[in-house]
Amino acid sequence: SSWWSHVEMGPPDPILGVTEAYKRDTNSKKMNLGVGAYRDDNGKPYVLGCVRKVRPGPAARRRQGAGGGLRRLAPTQGSRAYVTVQGISGTGSLRIGANFLQRFFKAGRDVYLPKPSWGNHTPIFRDAGLQLQSYRYYDPNTCSLDFSGAMDDIARIPEKSIILLHACAHNPTGVDPRQEQWKEMAATVKKRNLLVYFDMAYQGFASGDIDRDAWAVRYFIEQGINVLLSQSYAKNMGLYGERAGAFTVICSDAEEAKRVESQLKILIRPMYSNPPLNGARIASTILNTPELRKEWLVEVKGMADRIISMRTQLVSNLKKEGSSHNWQHIIDQIGMFCFTGLKPEQVDRLIKEFSIYMTKDGRISVAGVTSSNVGYLAHAIHQVTK
Amino acid sequence: MAASIFSAVPRAPPVAVFKLTADFREDGDSRKVNLGVGAYRTDEGKPWVLPVVKKVEQMIANDNSLNHEYLPILGLPEFRANASRIALGDDSPAIKENRIGSVQSLGGTGALRIGAEFLRRWYNGNNNTATPVYISAPSWENHNSVFVDAGFKDIRTYHYWDAAKRGLDLQGLLNDMEQAPEFSIFILHACAHNPTGTDPTPDQWKQIAAVMKRRFLFPFFDSAYQGFASGSLDKDAWAVRYFVSEGFELFCAQSFSKNFGLYNERVGNLTVVGKDTDNVQRVLSQMEKIVRTTWSNPPSQGARIVATTLASPQLFTEWYDNVKTMADRVLLMRSELRSRLESLGTPGTWNHITEQIGMFSFTGLNPKQVEYMVKEKHIYLMASGRINMCGLTTKNLDYVAKSIHEAVTKIQ
Repeated sequence: SSWWSHVEMGPPDPILGVTEAYKRDTNSKKMNLGVGAYRDDNGKPYVLGCVRKVRPGPAARRRQGAGGGLRRLAPTQGSRAYVTVQGISGTGSLRIGANFLQRFFKAGRDVYLPKPSWGNHTPIFRDAGLQLQSYRYYDPNTCSLDFSGAMDDIARIPEKSIILLHACAHNPTGVDPRQEQWKEMAATVKKRNLLVYFDMAYQGFASGDIDRDAWAVRYFIEQGINVLLSQSYAKNMGLYGERAGAFTVICSDAEEAKRVESQLKILIRPMYSNPPLNGARIASTILNTPELRKEWLVEVKGMADRIISMRTQLVSNLKKEGSSHNWQHIIDQIGMFCFTGLKPEQVDRLIKEFSIYMTKDGRISVAGVTSSNVGYLAHAIHQVTK
Repeated sequence: MAASIFSAVPRAPPVAVFKLTADFREDGDSRKVNLGVGAYRTDEGKPWVLPVVKKVEQMIANDNSLNHEYLPILGLPEFRANASRIALGDDSPAIKENRIGSVQSLGGTGALRIGAEFLRRWYNGNNNTATPVYISAPSWENHNSVFVDAGFKDIRTYHYWDAAKRGLDLQGLLNDMEQAPEFSIFILHACAHNPTGTDPTPDQWKQIAAVMKRRFLFPFFDSAYQGFASGSLDKDAWAVRYFVSEGFELFCAQSFSKNFGLYNERVGNLTVVGKDTDNVQRVLSQMEKIVRTTWSNPPSQGARIVATTLASPQLFTEWYDNVKTMADRVLLMRSELRSRLESLGTPGTWNHITEQIGMFSFTGLNPKQVEYMVKEKHIYLMASGRINMCGLTTKNLDYVAKSIHEAVTKIQ
């Protein structure tokens, strides 16, 4: 007999299930609004021009990184310093941080996630040995931020807990705090002595402006909050499968940063030894070559602008269809995803009657909308909601 | 401001092998030689991008139909199938019977880690962290950390290196297996044992397999040097394939870092061999969950290079040649070093230099002699006496041989 007879079949991934069903559908009008990757106006993957310009690396650069990968260490304000290690895109960066907290943040075991959050946050922190809690975030009645609920909950989080914040383009809701709201949040987490962990997977991709999208992170740091930060270059550089990401810890000073860095290496070595070069090399070349960086900023704005335009067109098409509902949230939300407010039964009808695929929570990936199918989408949504 | 939450974080010791290279880089002595970290070097002492790799990289760069989309969680299908086929052989009964699975991983390390995490959750019960894990004495130092970080609480060593006779302590090894609790996990080096370069012979492997079968011990192979060790893929995979033919369920963590020279692209594969399709499918489904919280999906560049190469008869032949080039240079350096030591009359026996296989050689130098080599002669090697044969070149052979001679004669 086998060692594995008792191993249960793992549950199918819900989002994967959406794509599988979409693939099987023969309707020519079908739409895949589950996909978490950018698509151009023809519904195709988009390789950024600046990415194409980065040719295969010089032959000599084949050395193993010393565990840290591409990283830098430089002072910020006052004596503070930070350490950045390359991570396996957003997931890998989050995981390194989670493992680091489990090992060295003895004061707290609880990680507070916004409700809802990216589905993979929970198992990542859990596998790292931490416990999950939540704070109110999304208000399904208004399809926007439940700010007073969030502030109430955050004010009650026990000191020295870990709080995870989405830096911009909240996944899955697309609902971000306004700057004034971020300021209040910063004051509260400071007062509550909470450890802030930012997940930034959409810098530049949300508003089209990398500085605007990083505003919250920078504001918190300016307020003296030593944050942890996980970054992904999957979306904003279209480097999905190359796994380009980074994990940063803001420390009191350079000496502490060196100690933290040494421990991060100890965590990484038994996980995968050192990170993959290709994606980081492309990202680094782009960021450090003035013409390429300029081109990147234009292209990432192009992606963000197309998404924003699809949101606008969807709403105007819904109005044209004669929908009497308030669809303002579709325009107010930001980033790749939109929490439409559609109920499970309505989602079911969209799938069955119109071959429009999305997850049961009514989340759509705006990246899957194009100028040729936005009319069809609006029509379908109107049919199931009128 | 409150004291930092990280004030108590201790400074971790550097990873020894990388520190060695860092020290080497800072050394200004013109005679310096780096015999530390395990990466191939040409006779000019340079890294070598395999010609077939360069060619395939260019093909990939010129192929406008390719993009950077996410790979599936378990990796690039063409890579997974070809990688496992390389390990198990074209005519593997396990492949024919459709009872193998593959997980594309971040290098050999990543494959080991996914396998370890899975075993800790699902092997020998559920979440049985008490299952003993046996690692050879000595072994690659990261093996220990992988299994500790995966949650295993009882990591043990099994006898392997006999320092006195400079060879395999087979009896000690077999005794340990006889004494090991049933269902213990054994990490086996498929070929080119790191750091000793000493492998069991086929007959010895047969004895090992017999004991493991009888005592229900789980074989977890680490195969980081297939092709690189002897120049022959089949020869270097003999042990893994033998175990499969004996009906074992096993894991094999494969690395393409050395045999493709793709060190920093992190190309690895965890091959799973099970009793039947159904078991393997369930195992893979659970491994998917582990992958999802570790790196979500693996990097595409290295896997594309390997898959493209292995799938094309022409490119595969070119690759095989490239691998043989590396293996042959190592073999040459071994015989050249040995003959110099013997000509110099260096005390001791030096046949182990040519009898050992792969990148590494356990010279037998003791820590004091090693210190002499590093400090006085600017020749960097591990405190264990391990040298990387790839660090030897026709230009530095004489200097290294003379230095070893000095170390052995001057320092006891």
